[in-house]
Amino acid sequence: MAKITFQIGGVHPDDSKIARNRAIEVLPLPQTVYVSMAQHLGAPAKPVVAVGDHVKVGTVLAEPGGFISAFVHSPVSGTVKKIEPRKDIAGNNVPHIEIAVEGDEWEEGIDLSDTLVREIPTDRVAVLDKIKACGVVGLGGATFPTHVKLNPAPGSKAECLLLNGAECEPYLTSDFRIMLERSSEIVVGAAIMQMVLGGCPCKICIEENKPEAIKAMSEAVAELGYKDIEVVTLKKKYPQGGEKQLIAAVMKRQVGSGALPISVGAVVQNVATALAVYEAVQKNKPLITNTLTITGDCIPEEKQHNYLFRIGMPLSYIAEQAGGVPENAAKLISGGPMMGKAIANIDAATVKGSSSILYLSEAATKRGEESFCIRCGRCAQACPMGLEPFLLRRLYAAGDLEGLEKNAVQDCIECGCCLYSCPANIPLLDNIRMAKGQVMGVIRARAAAAKVAAEAAKAAESAAK
Amino acid sequence: MDKHIVSPNPHIHSAVSTESLMRDVVIALVPAIVVSVLFYGWAELLILAVSAVSCVLIEWAIVKFLLKRPGIFSPGAALVTGLLLAMNLPVSTPWWIVLIGAVFAIGVVKMSFGGLGQNVFNPAIAARVFLLVSFPQQMTNWTAPQGFVALPDAFSGATLLGQVHILGAEGADALASVQTFLYNIGGSAGEISALALLAGWVYLVVRKVIRPWITLSIFATVAIVAAIFHAVDPTAYTGPLFNLLSGGLILGACFMATDYVTSPMSNWGGVVFGFGIGFLVMMIRYFGSYPEGVSFAILLMNMTVPLIDRAFHGKKYGRA
Repeated sequence: MAKITFQIGGVHPDDSKIARNRAIEVLPLPQTVYVSMAQHLGAPAKPVVAVGDHVKVGTVLAEPGGFISAFVHSPVSGTVKKIEPRKDIAGNNVPHIEIAVEGDEWEEGIDLSDTLVREIPTDRVAVLDKIKACGVVGLGGATFPTHVKLNPAPGSKAECLLLNGAECEPYLTSDFRIMLERSSEIVVGAAIMQMVLGGCPCKICIEENKPEAIKAMSEAVAELGYKDIEVVTLKKKYPQGGEKQLIAAVMKRQVGSGALPISVGAVVQNVATALAVYEAVQKNKPLITNTLTITGDCIPEEKQHNYLFRIGMPLSYIAEQAGGVPENAAKLISGGPMMGKAIANIDAATVKGSSSILYLSEAATKRGEESFCIRCGRCAQACPMGLEPFLLRRLYAAGDLEGLEKNAVQDCIECGCCLYSCPANIPLLDNIRMAKGQVMGVIRARAAAAKVAAEAAKAAESAAK
Repeated sequence: MDKHIVSPNPHIHSAVSTESLMRDVVIALVPAIVVSVLFYGWAELLILAVSAVSCVLIEWAIVKFLLKRPGIFSPGAALVTGLLLAMNLPVSTPWWIVLIGAVFAIGVVKMSFGGLGQNVFNPAIAARVFLLVSFPQQMTNWTAPQGFVALPDAFSGATLLGQVHILGAEGADALASVQTFLYNIGGSAGEISALALLAGWVYLVVRKVIRPWITLSIFATVAIVAAIFHAVDPTAYTGPLFNLLSGGLILGACFMATDYVTSPMSNWGGVVFGFGIGFLVMMIRYFGSYPEGVSFAILLMNMTVPLIDRAFHGKKYGRA
């Protein structure tokens, strides 16, 4: 199979997958967990339990707070102690349900056996309901509710399911480990999503720096023998795991500005999401666990881990299990070094989408002193959206919102390639993010005004009749 | 907790910095510099030293004492300007003219526009033209001293392009050969060896310091324009090979036109920029009063860069 990749932009940071050989370990339970109500994209979930309630593993704690929202289940058994705001990793207050852990008692009907359930159900509505009821969200980073994404609006048709195993972020190895250790379950999950989408082909996309995963997944695909599922090897290039870049690489199509992948017939789901779908549909297990990597350039390989954690475990608890925060860590990051978020509060609880605790040394992470733009154009060559960061920064400095919109600042995916490549350490993405926020505000205001005007015109028309 | 950094992504940075890019450019110039010193000896070393040292010192002094912003001093960029200026001068240039050139390049062309990244014109080229206009006699004195290696054949004291007036177009064309590709005495010091210059250019392209489009566009334009004129009247117009190998074309196309600051940002912009340079070079060579036009062509096209940047943008994802 010829190796493929996306054509516009991209960078090649060292992949630093130091934790790749560390098998997944199950973390012991802490005394207390804190379950966030905002661990998915969209409206926060609404608690349905009260202080003092006894819950089991898998008990529904909260229900969706809107169309784009998700159920949240208890990751432990015990007693609800508090329902109150608690700080997330950025230090913002978010409602959390605090549960004192007592034993490990699971809800009835959750299949905890290792038996692989390989028959694919055929009732797509029932499967979608199951995925929704189990609180499955996209685990590739955006945590978009999976049942919404798997149910495209009428009129749009899925032509290809892309299973994203690119894991293009340096350091992260959790997707790699589940592809090795839980290959068959992921393939069954993919086949279930394929059925839900109407039987479109499925391509499992893995970068070439993970040959063991490519082998394991290919073997699982061959062994299970589902129709139209194949493994695709991609060249190593960041941000290949970005939805738009993956679609360009594999399907040779580009998603229009502001449009969804389904507009070009694509549905992209992470391999970890496929595993969650498998567990939800075949095992009746809600999304209460995920895999996370403890890694970084300032800890030796033997101190790095891939952990199966339960959501709600504080990051600090997990860090302690791995030997504590290293002394020489200058920056703590949740997620990868390119797009992850700096951890401002290590006591924050893990959420469904947590993928790592990354410790970077000062040498690895400290930004150099900003100097003058030498017009080398590296930012524009690196931008996977084909934007011109140097120009956007100038327009932002000039306050030219019109120029920014014309030059597509709203298309920025905030992958960080521009700032990563700038030899003068100019804070390109910092500026572009601000500019994008302002331009998106203008676009939304314009859309709202147009809607109001259209409704007024309609009202005037019907009044005239 | 408060000892940890909290800042937005990305959290890592590539190893490439302004100084590492400039270091690569200096490395790329080494082959051509070595050849020029071998052939021209101590005199060439003196010019290189005067030019390089004065450019770096002048930039440092202006940044520190006039602008009072020592943080923006880039010794690498100033060194590149200094080396390129020296390579664009005849080896017979007196040291004080070199010094004047350095003052003009850094003081006027670069720093008066705001310094690193802000100048409209390529400093080394602008200084060369300034010196050519100010000291026409010294700047076209192509007599050369004995170098560290003996000259392989008789040395005429005129440049290849100068030969056109002596030998006519056909006679000059006959001079373009494998030998002129390897070494070509006469002309500015850095122009001796096309091979050494191209080796440096390939290094920069392979290291992804520069993109090849500007240079290739210049070469292609020169070759095509020369081929057309040569086909019409070979007795009046020199051919493609002669024009590619003679004068400052290779030095200009590889190292001067590809200067980041004074060239377009986009690939297609670079192609247009290169076409403009190649076309102007040929018009000046065929119809101008100077035998050589690379410097003028580059300076003229430098002025069009803001317009080219407005007209040409890279291809955006998901947009027609």
